[in-house]
Order: sequence, then structure tokens, then C-alpha cells
Amino acid sequence: MPNRPAFAPQYVSTRHRDETAELGMWVFIATEVLLFGGLILAYCVFRHTYPEAFAAASRRTEIAIGTANTAILLTSSFLVACAVDAFTEETRKICVALLAGAIALGLLFVLLKGVEYAGEYREHLVPGIDFSFDDKFANGAKLFFLFYFVATAIHALHMLIGISLLAVIARLTWRRAPTTRHRAALHSVALYWHFVDAVWIFLFALIYLPGRAS
Amino acid sequence: MRWHPPLPLLGAWLALLLLLTLTVTLAYVPLGHFNSSVALAIAATKATIIGAVFMELRRRGPRTFIFAGAGLFWLGILLWLGMMDFMTRT
Amino acid sequence: MNEDNYLNAGYTLRSWFFTTDHKRIAILYFASLIFFFFIGGAAATLIRIELATPQADLVSSDMYNRLFTMHGVIIVWFFLIPSIPNTLGNFIVPLMIGARDLAFPRLNLLSWYLFMLGGCVTLFAIAAGGIDTGWTFYTPFSTLYSNSYVAVAVTGVFIAGFSSILTGLNFIVTIHRLRAPGLTWYRLPLFLWSLYAPSVILVLATPVLAITLVLIVVERLLGVGFFDPRIGGDPLLFQHLFWFYSHPAVYIMILPGMGVINELISCFSRKAVFGYKFVAWASVAIAALGFLVWGHHMFVSGQSLLASLVFSFMSFVVAVPSAIKVFNWTATLHKGSIRFDAPMLYALAFIGLFTIGGLTGLFLACLAYDVHATDTYFVVAHFHYIMVGGMVTAYFGGLHYWWPKITGRLYSEYWARTAAVLIFFGFNLTFFPQFILGAEGMPRRYHVYPPEFQMWNVLSSGGAVILAAAYLLPLVYLAYSLFFGKRAPANPWDAPGLEWQTPSPPPEFNFETQPVVTRPPYQYTPDFRAEPQNA
Repeated sequence: MPNRPAFAPQYVSTRHRDETAELGMWVFIATEVLLFGGLILAYCVFRHTYPEAFAAASRRTEIAIGTANTAILLTSSFLVACAVDAFTEETRKICVALLAGAIALGLLFVLLKGVEYAGEYREHLVPGIDFSFDDKFANGAKLFFLFYFVATAIHALHMLIGISLLAVIARLTWRRAPTTRHRAALHSVALYWHFVDAVWIFLFALIYLPGRAS
Repeated sequence: MRWHPPLPLLGAWLALLLLLTLTVTLAYVPLGHFNSSVALAIAATKATIIGAVFMELRRRGPRTFIFAGAGLFWLGILLWLGMMDFMTRT
Repeated sequence: MNEDNYLNAGYTLRSWFFTTDHKRIAILYFASLIFFFFIGGAAATLIRIELATPQADLVSSDMYNRLFTMHGVIIVWFFLIPSIPNTLGNFIVPLMIGARDLAFPRLNLLSWYLFMLGGCVTLFAIAAGGIDTGWTFYTPFSTLYSNSYVAVAVTGVFIAGFSSILTGLNFIVTIHRLRAPGLTWYRLPLFLWSLYAPSVILVLATPVLAITLVLIVVERLLGVGFFDPRIGGDPLLFQHLFWFYSHPAVYIMILPGMGVINELISCFSRKAVFGYKFVAWASVAIAALGFLVWGHHMFVSGQSLLASLVFSFMSFVVAVPSAIKVFNWTATLHKGSIRFDAPMLYALAFIGLFTIGGLTGLFLACLAYDVHATDTYFVVAHFHYIMVGGMVTAYFGGLHYWWPKITGRLYSEYWARTAAVLIFFGFNLTFFPQFILGAEGMPRRYHVYPPEFQMWNVLSSGGAVILAAAYLLPLVYLAYSLFFGKRAPANPWDAPGLEWQTPSPPPEFNFETQPVVTRPPYQYTPDFRAEPQNA
């Protein structure tokens, strides 16, 4: 692969640069873990305080859409991992196609999320705007849905950022011969995308699954 | 232009979908308090697969492990000391 | 001055505002921080003038609330947190490790722009009418009752938080990956250990603050939130989340200061720092243990007794690595050939003030005494001894020490020593009486007080005048030296660190050839070969 433009003066080689970028991405992911961590603590506190209300509120979420979205996101992660593998001169068209697939699945996820939000609005489950719930559980359910909306909205924001970054990489790879620099960029974006996927896996377990058996 | 998805990625993807089916099914089986433990254990397994295979941690050295684990470790501190107050209030 | 250096590499505005040179970004931070320091300082001055008499004569109680909030918010997030890391750290870290720049120079520039954006948003909140919650934004007051510009100010702090995160990330990766050949971890100057440790805190604690601030804004906009007791929420959850960041943030402020002190003490006593490995790992221990003590801000809040006990115990434990550092500095001085240049005066002042601040911290870690001292001037005096007496003094010390390297000029040693002594004197006069006031029970955040407290308050306000003058003094003689100071040699302190082996000011890419390190740090010759730099 041609190496153009050359690496910045603080590095000794392209490999040095790429490994450093990857390490930087891992530090950033650690930051992101703690960003969601604050919300997770709030969830734990209120689930501990209002266990029945949380179960009741969780039963009102759309598990069909939630499960579909999880499958969509897992598949898009798979496609991005494949795209990293297919990032070579010969298979660059395949790489772009895989990225396009991942982007389409990402958009589908956001779309379904919108459908879900609309449904919750119709069912009066949006705290602060339109909320009504069985009086016995109203307080706990309000806190649950507050967590639901804040956490999924921040997650969706991460999705949108990830989709934009994937689109930039796809476009670069489509237009000219791939460089080591693009490979490093794709690698970083892929790490970010997998992380967003992993966050969703936990949100899925916390939001959709409780209270289904009772 | 011949390219096939690498087997580890394919395997990881199928395993993830399988675990998703498993966790949704188990959520409807009454296990009492164990429902949430099972859900979280499966979520952790899925995240581990993503980390090891998709994020290529299985090919990385201890430094990357530490960087990847630091966030989780400190999340543990936040949850542990944070919950300690709420669980022992009188 | 050597012909080609980073200062004369370009004169256009573009060459400054779009630079990716870590040295120029450090200068951008310098200028911005001076601005914020004097805004926060002006608020403090007004507070002290108001408190000179027991009754309200200068400002209303509402105005007073806005003043101390402005003082806290500006000084904490727009001066103390970025002070040493973003100015001295930005400038010195690549030089110290023999690198040509930080790992991610463009992120570094982005960090400055985020900082300025956050600063402008916060200043807008202040100009529009201010915030009256105190810098801690406690709920439910900040979310339900306060009629001030909380959401705007919180947004400003949120943005500045991301600036901190990027700086921390940059330092961590740089120290891991860009060290010169032969520069092993145990050959790093201790300043770098003391920047690495708080960088970890910046990266791991700041996001928790960010999400907490988001939750405040959500609660203000929607009218319901996690911290609203009316719907079963818990205001104490806010305090937990807030202090999970804000207590470690204290260590973000003090650890880089400690790092500077290592350099100064060893240089001006011509000895290697005593017990290098202990001091290095003490930094890491402080950063790690600092995450386990946040609940000591909440002893009287109604958290569980077990939580209070654990947090109290951990707070005592964190004093151990801090004490290791103080003892090792004194041991470094022992049998050294000490010279009292201005940076050394600041360093010695730091040790004394930090020790007082640290020991009174133990009073507050003690559950029983803290019930008495909570929200009194005892607490105010304690943390000012750490943050102003410790951190700001270290900042000035480092600034004087590296000034010849940064600017290529020598300042007036006479005036620098005068300022150091004045700061020490003025600081103690301002804050020591506050320990007594606090022990006698004067609460913080009130603008009126019973007449029997007046004597101590007058002393404190008088000290504040001296302190304010002493802080203005360096601005004058350092600015003077920029234009009229003597040219600085490459190594005015006869020091072995890598940053001194390149010309002053350094060339654009720091080193002509890649330095190679073959020995541990602090290999000083027993006596100064260089003359005292009396300009």
C-alpha cells in the first residue's frame, strides 16, 4: 500500500503511528464506559429501591423491536469487522459494500428506535411530557422511563456519530486507493462501532428483559 | 476479487445471535432473582466475544488489556461504593 | 536566542490559532488561563471586601451567592484543573521525554478550542445574570428551585470537561508511546509520573461529571429527574455522582503541582529525589485511592453509616502516599547544597502550605469532627491551603523554573523572590484565620456574620489584599522580562533533564537529533556550575 501522506514527525514509523492511534481509541472507550457508568449507577439505585415498578415498567417496553435492534446491531458489527479484514487493494470494493451494509443496518436501528419512541409517546410513557401509569408503580416507572429515554437517546447519538464516521471511511475507500492511514482510521472507527454495540447489549439486558417471567 | 468472511468472525456472529435468542427465551422462564443474573451474565459473555474477536483483543498484549479493562474496573468502583450507601441505609 | 525557534516560526494569527505545535498551544492556554484566573480572583476579592464587616454593605445576599459560585466555577474548571497540565505539561512533556510533539497534536488544539468554547458559554451564563447554586450544583436546588442560569453554566462546564478528557488521553498515550530510546519508566522525571496519574483521573472521572450535568439539564427541561425527591428520586445520588468526579478532581489539581515540586527540590538542592520509586508509585496510589474517598463530602448528608465509615477509613489511607511525598522531599533537602532561587522559594512554600492543608484534611476525614466542621470556614481554609497554597504556588514555581526555556528570557530574580515571599505571607494571613473562624463555627457561603467574628475576618481580608497584590506582581515583571529581560542560555539551572539539552526557546520540532537516554533522572552535579541568574 502506498503511504501517503507520510506520518507525522513525532512517530518513527507508520506502524508506531497506527499502534498509538489504537491505544488512544482504547483510552477514549474507557472514558465512554464511565459516561454510561453514571447512568448505570442511577439504574441500579432505583431498581434496588423500586424492584416491582421497574419490572412492571420494563414489561411495557417493545421487546420485539428491542430484540430486532440487537440482532441488527450485532450483524452490523460483524460487517464492520469483515470490512476491516477486506481492506486491501484487491478487495476494496467488497470492503465498501460491507461498510455500506453496516451503515444501512445502523440507519435501520435508528429508524426502529424512532418507531419505538413514537409508540411510547402514544402510550403515555414519556416522563415530563405525557406520562400516566398504574398509580401503585407510577414513581418507579417514571424513573425507569427516564433512564430508558436518556440512555437510549445518548446511545442513538453515538450511533449517528458512528454512522457518519463509517460513511466518511467508505467514501474515502471508494474514491482512491487505500492507504495505511485509511486503514488506521477504519480500525479506530471499527473499535468505536463495536463499543457502541457492546453498550447496547447491556442496555438491552437492563431495559427489555426484566420482569418478563412474572 | 475473491474474499470470504474469516471463520472466527463468522463464528462469533453466529454465537452472538444464538446468545441473543437464548437470553430472550430465558427471560420468559421464571427463575426468580436469577433472571437478572442470567441476563447480565449472557450480556457479559456477548460483550466478551465482541471484545475478543471483533475488537481483536485476542491478538493484543497486556497493555491493551489493561487499557480495555481500566474503564470496567473503575465502573466497578463507582457501582460498588455508590451502591454501598443505598443498600445499607437504615 | 537561537535563530530558528518555535516563537519566530511564524507571526501570523493563523500560525497561532491553527498551530498543532504543543509549545504554541501551551502559550494559548497560558494566555487564556491568566484571563480566567483574574476573573475568578476578582470575584474572590469582592467576597473578601464584603466580609470585612459583619453586616451586608457591598452586595445583596443574592449577589453574594452569584459571586462565590462564579469564583468557584471559574477557578475550579477554568483555572485549577487545566493549570499545570495544559500549560506547563503541554510545553514540557514532549521535551522531557525527547519527543517532537504529543501523540495527537490536532486533538490537543481541539482541546483548547473546546476549553475556550466552554469558557465562553460559562462567561455568558455569568454575564446574563449568574448562577447561585455554588460550584457544586447541589440538587434539588439546582434542578427545581434556582432561578439562575444553571443550564447554561452546566453546559459550559460540560464542554470544558471534554477538553480535559482529550488532554488526559493525549498525555497517557504520549507517555506510553513516545518516550525517547532508553527512557524507561523508572528513568522518567517524576513530573511525568505526576502528570500520568491525574491524566487517568481526567479520563475516567470526567465522563461521570459529564453525564451528571446532562441529567441536571434534562431535569430542568423536563421537570422530572433522578434527583427529584417528589417522584421518589434521590438528591444524594447527585452528590455521589458529582463527588465521584469532584473528589478525584482535587487530585487532578494537586498531583501535577507535586510533580513540579519534585523537579524544583532536586534541582535547587543538587540531589536526586530521595526514594524515587516510592514517590513515583505514591502518585499512582493517590490517583487510585482518590477514587475511593468521595463520600467524605457527604458525612452529614444522610448517607448510610457504613458508607460513612468506609469513606472515612479510605480518606485516612490516602494520606499515606501524600505523606510519603512530603517526607521524601524533606529527605531530598537533607545534606543538599541548597540555593534559594525564586522557584525554590515557591517549592518550600508549597511543602509548608501543603502539609498544613493535608493535616487539616485528616481532621475532616474524621467522622466525629467533620460533623462539627461541615460547611464551615474550616473546610474553606483546608481546601484553599491545598488548592491555592499548594497548587497555585507550585504553578508559579514551575512557571519561574521553566520561564527561561519557554520564553528564552530571564526574569528579575529580586522581584521574583519578593513575590514568592509576599504570596506566602499574604496567603497565610488570608486563610489561617479561617481555620479559627471555622472551628468557632462560622458557616461558609453567608455574607453576614455575628460581630464577634469580625477580627479574624478583617485579618483575612487584609491578607487577601496582600495576596492579590502578590499575584499581580509576577504579571508585571514576567511581562517586562519578555521585552527587556536578558537572553536565557539553554540550561540556566545546570540541570540534566532532556528539556534543558535543547536551545531556549526550543526549535519547532524540539530536538535537532533524537536524544537517547542512558541514565536515571536527576543526575545533578553537587554544586552549581551556572551562576545565579540575577537579571
